[in-house]
Amino acid sequence: MTRSPSGSAPAEPDAAAVALDETGPADRTSSGATPPRRTRRGGFLRYVAKRLAVTLGLLLGTTVVGFGLLQLVPGSPAAANLSDAALGNPDIVAAFNAKWGLDKPLPVQYLVYLGNLLHGDLGTSQRSGQPVLDELLKYVPATLELAIPTLILSMLISIALGMWSAIRHGKAADQTIRVVSLAGLSTPPFWLSILALYLFFYVLGVSPNGGRLSPQFSPPPKVTGLYTVDSLLEGDPLKAWDAVQHGMLPILVLTLVTVATLTRFVRSALLEVLRKDYIAAARAKGLPSRTVLFKHLLRAGLVPIITMTGILFASLLSGTVLVENIFSWPGLGQYAYQSATSLDRSAVLGATLFIAAVYLVLNLVVDLLYGLADPRVRIS
Amino acid sequence: MGALLTMSHVGVSLPGLHAPVDVLSDVSLDVDPGEIVGIAGESGSGKSMTGRALLGLLPDGATVRGSIRYGDRDLAALKGKAWQQIRGREIAMIFQDPTAALHPMLSVGAQLTEHMRLHLDLSKKAARARAVELLEQVRIPDPVRALKSFPHQFSGGMRQRLAIAIALAGEPKLLIADEPTTALDVTVQAGILRLLDRLARELDLSVLFITHDLGVLAALAHRTYVFYAGRIMETAPTQELLLRARHPYTKALLTARPETADVEGRPVALRPIPGQPVTASSAPPGCPFHPRCPDRVAACDQPIPVLAQVPVHLVDSAELGHLAACHVHAPAADTRIMVTSTEAR
Amino acid sequence: MTDISTHSVDSALSDAAAPELAGLAGADAAMPVAGRRRRWWSARSEAGLIWRQPVVVVALVIAAAWLVIALAAPLLAPYDPLQQTSNIYAEPGGAHLFGTDELGRDVLSRVIYGARLSIPLALIIVVCSLVVGGILGLLAGYIGRFLDGAIMRLTDLFFAFPKIILAMAVAAAFGPSTVNAVVALVIVSWPVYARVIRGAVLSIRSEDYLNASRMLGVGPFQALRRDVVPNSFGPAVVLGTLEFGTAILLLAALSYLGLGPRPPAPEWGAMIALGTNDISRWWVSVFPGLAILTVVLAANILGDALRDRLDPHAVGGR
Repeated sequence: MTRSPSGSAPAEPDAAAVALDETGPADRTSSGATPPRRTRRGGFLRYVAKRLAVTLGLLLGTTVVGFGLLQLVPGSPAAANLSDAALGNPDIVAAFNAKWGLDKPLPVQYLVYLGNLLHGDLGTSQRSGQPVLDELLKYVPATLELAIPTLILSMLISIALGMWSAIRHGKAADQTIRVVSLAGLSTPPFWLSILALYLFFYVLGVSPNGGRLSPQFSPPPKVTGLYTVDSLLEGDPLKAWDAVQHGMLPILVLTLVTVATLTRFVRSALLEVLRKDYIAAARAKGLPSRTVLFKHLLRAGLVPIITMTGILFASLLSGTVLVENIFSWPGLGQYAYQSATSLDRSAVLGATLFIAAVYLVLNLVVDLLYGLADPRVRIS
Repeated sequence: MGALLTMSHVGVSLPGLHAPVDVLSDVSLDVDPGEIVGIAGESGSGKSMTGRALLGLLPDGATVRGSIRYGDRDLAALKGKAWQQIRGREIAMIFQDPTAALHPMLSVGAQLTEHMRLHLDLSKKAARARAVELLEQVRIPDPVRALKSFPHQFSGGMRQRLAIAIALAGEPKLLIADEPTTALDVTVQAGILRLLDRLARELDLSVLFITHDLGVLAALAHRTYVFYAGRIMETAPTQELLLRARHPYTKALLTARPETADVEGRPVALRPIPGQPVTASSAPPGCPFHPRCPDRVAACDQPIPVLAQVPVHLVDSAELGHLAACHVHAPAADTRIMVTSTEAR
Repeated sequence: MTDISTHSVDSALSDAAAPELAGLAGADAAMPVAGRRRRWWSARSEAGLIWRQPVVVVALVIAAAWLVIALAAPLLAPYDPLQQTSNIYAEPGGAHLFGTDELGRDVLSRVIYGARLSIPLALIIVVCSLVVGGILGLLAGYIGRFLDGAIMRLTDLFFAFPKIILAMAVAAAFGPSTVNAVVALVIVSWPVYARVIRGAVLSIRSEDYLNASRMLGVGPFQALRRDVVPNSFGPAVVLGTLEFGTAILLLAALSYLGLGPRPPAPEWGAMIALGTNDISRWWVSVFPGLAILTVVLAANILGDALRDRLDPHAVGGR
């Protein structure tokens, strides 16, 4: 599945890779006398505009999916959305039906639904009676506190391992890395979490038993929502360290799972580049291997790797759903998990839409980065 | 002996699944300063491998036999880091597909100056100035702006010119051109050939031009070697080769071209060579061409006891340095020795 | 990174520098000459060679073992997987090789019967996704134009959701049950098949033999049936094998979330979820997890090997 600069939605991790689009827009048939084309700034802006349009279209599409799913819920929508206590109250039920236009035809209902969405109404949680969006936003920082370090660590480790593996293609190191990373992505993340907790907390006693802070600490005043940062801002380094310790295990698990996929991808992207003539040409120029490696190989390989991070986010977002709960980590993922296990349908659907929207926006950002990084897109 | 480069009895083997596999056998050729030498052959003839061997760009595990004398060095014996003094600085290479050979993400200026500064120890400013000079030499318009541009902004022919400029940046004495015009239009080809011709004259640059197209060599090369199955079948000054080819393979190659005309200029029917080209490893015993050769005799498949497998003897013809490896058309007086063109002269 | 030896880097770079040249040496056109044991599990030659690669053999053995376990579960399991006893949380060993869970059920038997549940379900998911996605992909690639655009936009839409998230939403909307979980996973999985099959069809279309057939007067539907479909099998098989592993993982994730087969069904994911009730009783979670790991790993290894052989230019290959 290729991802050309003209862009399509992010592809799935297990089937996706990005091929370097070598056939640039330059024509091949003109004689050798024409001067280089003037750079058209418009080219990049058009790329941005197109990606933006696609993203918006997809966002709209996800709302349709969300609406469709709502329709599939058995029983009346009121029953699916309101808690049992609220259901007993006919006024609340009537207000609910009016708000969502449930007596109107389906297309109108969709528009009502869309309108409510745009107002930030992702439905109301059956468990808590609170608006889903509010609850989600409360939990986002906790997930970020896991996601950001995981992302950075995963990229660093994967690029290193993938590069090493590509260079030692076919040798023992490569084979080992291939098998190990394959094993990594064959492992259910929630199982790995349990193992990690068992090993590091129960057996070795080096890790806390979940949560973001030890009981003796109270959460720092919220500036960023990230306990580590906020604790430092509060002037309490001990608390910050405690927060870090709590985050280590979930970050470890998430990193392991992400590294597995990403390393394979980096490896295959770099192998693709290694076969290109311009690598041979660089060697033919007498450049030292290190230069060829980092300046030429990595630079060319970085582009598909950047686009891969988009898929990485999918992995991360899904991963948190399966991992956070075991570590009692009050983030987006745990919210989704608890909503699912308690069949809080509106919360599940709301969380789904939210995560999908986040994913789409992240991919848009990645696409823009890709456009900046590849001169063939930046200057066309 | 003023030869810039002398290859003597060079053989190259690649590691195979069970045993090493030959890709070149007993290749002897030389290149003088300022001379354009052509290597003609089909796929599998080992012609590209020859070029790569001169830069140490053979696949991992390749072994090189014989000697490759360049100046006072034997390139066949070079290893690892020592190559950095040769690559780009003494010998440079341009590739068949200029689009693939130029890094898509580095600016033209960067690709020009990176090795230039390394080999010639120039400051940034001096390197830029020289880069502009090089671009002018290869006739790239608006060279200053070109430095900041990227390869995809140029057309195919221009990219090959860029590649040539890059190859020349380190002031090499020998340029290996591996099928540089194959991927280009005919009209663009002519421009590149003229460029190479001019550069050879202006810079006293030697060019080793590898191609499957004899017609291109007719216009450009002073001397030509014909390769088949990893061996040299024939060599002569190019015009002599085209007019008075002795080796059946060369003759067949010449008549297998669609544009072939006979001496009076009448078009001659296309006569393809029967059979498939062979590689060095799949060559039959004796002369590698003999199964497909219209002039073969019984002796053509006999291995000569003195040499290992193949009976190759080059015989001097007139004083032109015209040599061919054929029992029938150029039987050797002394079958042991391969006479190189310089010694013959 | 700083201690990458120049030699190994050089050899990798030089190797990459002349892949076609290495092929020219042509001991056997199909074999990678310059690779002694270069791509150890990707020898693209006769079937004989590939099956000799050690890891692939191991994967085959594991896969075969699980198939046997799934088929012969009643014969292999020492106890009834649903039988609750008072022997709660027995440690592994002795009468209960894998111990018992919080309801006194034998973990080993539950793991064995779990195969009987997960493996057929995953197969069903793969086949259904292949049918749905394959047909749409065929149509998109073969007919093209508007239909292609529409189907592609549709797959884009599905790709906008991380798989587990969408599966979770669908399963939650429908209500937890085995059937709903399968439906949810088919809904989530078909787009990949559509994309891959479409890609295969497009590349087949650009091949001359299809044009040749058409020029000889073969009708479009016949050409589809005789030329396009058979040549799409390779990528389909590769994808199916790889997706089998994904299906197992997703199914386990859904039942971990309580959205899969209802308890007390011995689904591996649900069993792992039960293990979270008391982490110190590690055996309740570890063994089902190992089951998942081995099945999925075997599927992935086989899928990789198949891909290198059948569809070497597939993305992510090598």
